Amino acid sequence: MRAAVLVFPGSNCDRDLAVAFNAAGFSVDMVWHKDASLPDGIDIVGIPGGFSFGDYLRCGAIAARSPITKALKAHVERGGYALGICNGFQVLTETGLLPGALMRNAALKFVCRTVPLEVATASSAFTEGYSRGQVLQIPVAHHDGNYVADDTLAAQLNAEDRVAFRYGEEVNGATDRIAGVLSENRRVLGMMPHPERAAEAAQGSSDGAAMFAGLAATALTA
Amino acid sequence: MKARVHIMLKNGVLDPQGAAVQHALGALGFDGVNDVRQGKVIELDLADGTTEATVADMCEKLLANTVIESYRVEML
Repeated sequence: MRAAVLVFPGSNCDRDLAVAFNAAGFSVDMVWHKDASLPDGIDIVGIPGGFSFGDYLRCGAIAARSPITKALKAHVERGGYALGICNGFQVLTETGLLPGALMRNAALKFVCRTVPLEVATASSAFTEGYSRGQVLQIPVAHHDGNYVADDTLAAQLNAEDRVAFRYGEEVNGATDRIAGVLSENRRVLGMMPHPERAAEAAQGSSDGAAMFAGLAATALTA
Repeated sequence: MKARVHIMLKNGVLDPQGAAVQHALGALGFDGVNDVRQGKVIELDLADGTTEATVADMCEKLLANTVIESYRVEML
């Protein structure tokens, strides 16, 4: 079982993400953004949180055009798994691998706290370790996490059961309180909250650990 | 030669920063500000002969996120 974690200038959750993958049984390769290919045999690519390229132009915009992103797209097109957290979610929307966009929080403030996070579907490798409607305690830390989907997109995401998580309270003004969305093939997840910061008891909550365990179980049977 | 690119949020996309600016103008006593939309301007210094179509391509591929933003190219 192998995971790759992409590293951009300004990534700051890359090592936390690697630790969480590792704890679930993955061997982890850190991959620099200038690399044009992923190591062979990668089951899942993690796109970490942080402030890639200083959030210049738009959050995730420059990272989404870096050399490694072509390899990420090829991996996803082959049916590979990808998990983008926080800035990683912004990168995934900027690449077009996930729909919608992430805008400045409605209250314009950086939000940094643990929030209740409702599991909106258990039907994905990321969420099969949870039950639908279960409420997790997971931290958020972002300035631009306000997920924007127009009515058509929001209806489509609901109809296709592609909303993975919803905030249990008002956090950033996101459409329908959407906190995480799945791709059409359910193998790409982007989410603003940080499961890798809630992966063991010492972090205050271990509610995020089941996500990595679920991914490991999927990788084993793949 | 130069080009100037104006990037604005599309109509219908809520602009929380614009709304905050509108509120602040009201607090300063400027009445009658019905709406504020905040965007950005990018100036490009280009090799002679660069076409407007090339600049539009730059907008599509990087400068604007066309999911939420519209752009207008001004060749100077």
